[in-house]
Amino acid sequence: MADREIQFNVKRQDGPEAAPYWEEFTMPYSSGHNVVSALMYLREHPCNANGETVNPVVWDCNCMEEVCGACAMLINGVPRQACAALVDDLEQPIVLEPLSKFPVVRDLVVDRQRMFDALLKIKAWVPVDGSWDIHRHAPLISPNEQSIRYLFSRCMTCGCCMEACPQFQQDSKFIGPAPFAQVRLHNSHPTGSFFNPDRLHAIMGEGGITDCGNAQNCVEVCPKDIPLTDAIAELGRQTTIQWIRDLFVR
Amino acid sequence: MATKPKVIVVGGGVGGLWATIRIVERNVPVDLFSLFPVKRSHTCCAQGGINAVFDIKGQEDSVWQHIVDTIKGGDYLADQPPIRSMCEAAPGLVRTYDRMGVTFSRTPEGIMDQRLFGGVKNRRTAFAGATTGQQLLYAADEQVRACEADGKVTKYEEWEFLSVVLDDKGTCRGIAAMNLNDMTVHTFRADAVILATGGLGLIFGRSTMSTNSTGAAASRVYQQGAKFANGEFVQFHPTAMKGHDKLRLMSEACRGEGGRIWVPRTPGDTRDPREIPESERFYFLEEWYPAYGNTVPRDVASRAEFRVVRHMGLGVGGQDIVYLDLSHHPRAFLEARLGAILDMYRTFSGEDPYTGPMKIFPAMHYSMGGILVGFAKDEQTGGMQSIHPDNHQSTIAGLFACGECDSAFHGANRLGANSLLSATYSGMIAGDASVAYTKGLKNGSADTADRHFESEKNRQEEINQALISSDGTENPFALHRELGELMQEHVFVERDNKGLDKALEGIRQLRARSARMRVDDKATRVNQSLSWARQIQDMIVLAEVIAKGARMRDECRGSHYKAEFELKIPEGKFEGDPEFERYKAKWKANNEKWLKITVATHAKDGPKIDYRPVDLSVLAPTKPRDYR
Repeated sequence: MADREIQFNVKRQDGPEAAPYWEEFTMPYSSGHNVVSALMYLREHPCNANGETVNPVVWDCNCMEEVCGACAMLINGVPRQACAALVDDLEQPIVLEPLSKFPVVRDLVVDRQRMFDALLKIKAWVPVDGSWDIHRHAPLISPNEQSIRYLFSRCMTCGCCMEACPQFQQDSKFIGPAPFAQVRLHNSHPTGSFFNPDRLHAIMGEGGITDCGNAQNCVEVCPKDIPLTDAIAELGRQTTIQWIRDLFVR
Repeated sequence: MATKPKVIVVGGGVGGLWATIRIVERNVPVDLFSLFPVKRSHTCCAQGGINAVFDIKGQEDSVWQHIVDTIKGGDYLADQPPIRSMCEAAPGLVRTYDRMGVTFSRTPEGIMDQRLFGGVKNRRTAFAGATTGQQLLYAADEQVRACEADGKVTKYEEWEFLSVVLDDKGTCRGIAAMNLNDMTVHTFRADAVILATGGLGLIFGRSTMSTNSTGAAASRVYQQGAKFANGEFVQFHPTAMKGHDKLRLMSEACRGEGGRIWVPRTPGDTRDPREIPESERFYFLEEWYPAYGNTVPRDVASRAEFRVVRHMGLGVGGQDIVYLDLSHHPRAFLEARLGAILDMYRTFSGEDPYTGPMKIFPAMHYSMGGILVGFAKDEQTGGMQSIHPDNHQSTIAGLFACGECDSAFHGANRLGANSLLSATYSGMIAGDASVAYTKGLKNGSADTADRHFESEKNRQEEINQALISSDGTENPFALHRELGELMQEHVFVERDNKGLDKALEGIRQLRARSARMRVDDKATRVNQSLSWARQIQDMIVLAEVIAKGARMRDECRGSHYKAEFELKIPEGKFEGDPEFERYKAKWKANNEKWLKITVATHAKDGPKIDYRPVDLSVLAPTKPRDYR
């Protein structure tokens, strides 16, 4: 770095209805910064590149270990966690934008409630009789099955896969890739599988699995390398079988 | 009570989520408040595992041994009946997690596996790869979502807890909270309130904690009259990597899985660590503590690292760094057991922990202290009564606390993998207790006069208005940095009274300056600077509780270490030796004086510190901790 500066270009928006605008920021270079730690510096020194004092940029973050999912945003056009985006690895000026597939709340903060609503819709849980001890474990699960399930269980609802998916739009009904991983996960639990028809029906109608365009962008951007396309393929089979079963039940 | 009861839970880590589940199971509706979607809570950062005795490793492990390890690990400073009950409940809780679908790592036979953790000799820790906290959090989150589907839980996510609403008798009747989107203040009625608001790591500036773990909520109820216990007991984790923004935890599982801690024997050795031969490496934990080696408890490891770096000048490159080395293990083994942690190290450092050692140093990691909570002893079993309104109730009637923000279980230090356990267990107990409490109420919150809610709302709005319209000069973020530097300088791994006096003086100055803050953000939506300005004031209040407790406690116990008052184990001497017996007599005398729980009460001019006895009815101390 010749100029010993870190440069940012941030897409800002004062509120859901307000028009977006771009603002440039610079800060002194120091090694080891990530995008969030740099934003923290700018928050303490809220001054744009023209030297004007401005309202500090707002964004979401919490764990700073790429495990809570809060700080997902577009960084140089790529959806990813800002805490794990090291400044030294990024081309400058670093361009920050809110995820475009969710409503902007302010600046880089977006409303991802739709993802949590989807978890409700697909019944992403293993039903239990109660939280009390029944003096039994879950049925046995092979180490191999566990290691496959573990891949899916690390989804942190960050929204990167939704951002990358061409079928998922603010005004489309498509449920998006992330929820499929959770159907796959819960359907493979020995007792969770008792309720597979409920979860499969939730992804069989409009906006469900058949709306997937097979672009495979989701799996490319997932920060946890979750095999989303494997889940979608597997659920394609499961929903087909369910569809045939439904014919006979009727 | 004439009306149907309702409970408010604040905080959605495993503690708050378990409380919520238990309350709903008793057919009482819950309003669940959180700063962010509960799935993003700090529980997700817990890596290593959860302790529960299943005795599946041929080691004759027992629940009694878990109780003993927890009591001794905490240097006897925690009330023991709750510890007994927690350890007894642990296997049942972990079985429930298993039934909820947690992806616990498995043995070849398909049952959950158990690994070794620090401070114990048996493999007792159930784990899900290296993201156990995330997995347990998600399981609890999913169950609460199922309750939500049934209409029994209403979530208020992106809301900040500001205060409890108290009636004329000082009973908690609800809360005031701020909507973090439009920054408006609202009050909510409830017949009981449970705080599950987590740790206070941000008081130390950078720590292993999430950016929202400020302790502000606990501080707010402390300032409203809840007593705060054992504030000075803060765990410093021996293996964290440095960063501008955070000191990222490298799980204790790294040591449990055979990680070795070392420094080059030659000060200032500049060689690539991989080229330093075994004979020139100083494995100081293995040399000093042969019985436990690298798995000594966290406080012992942290102080040993301080000793080699600060006193012996052996820090790597002359810096605050020691090596944590796993590179002797095959890659496949490490990927399966610790992949998530090692990948994180690689992501944030740019260096490969599979082929060379990691650079680490102690960091603030956990607060054993917290809101003082009660328990109802069961004289029959020696544990606590499983359902009783006294359990986990604070000194404010109707206000409960669970998880890291309470003060139970861990005493002067916490064992690894006991925090996911205590958060789960205390959430369950606090949930049950809150319902039992509402059943005993003559008048519910619906009967409380409106004026209590109106005046609390006005008070909170005035605080916001004063900050927004302030023309002060102090920057709230700069104040936080200064607070962190002060705490890390004087209230850290090694403490002395001179330094603690400086810390107290510095904290008072920061408090005075925090009255002259300005908020740079002038927006009325998502004003994070306003939130932070409020939180830093509350952090400064708790910082003083921590520093004053530390200043007054003239001894070494668990995580609290003052060299001046250290009772040194005579080297090479064991029980029976007269020298050792003299040491033991001094240790007994010290316990007479200091084996007491610190209780802080808020006052305008700073905390008032008292002490109360510890319930030692399960295992009274007969000999000092000895990890040699």
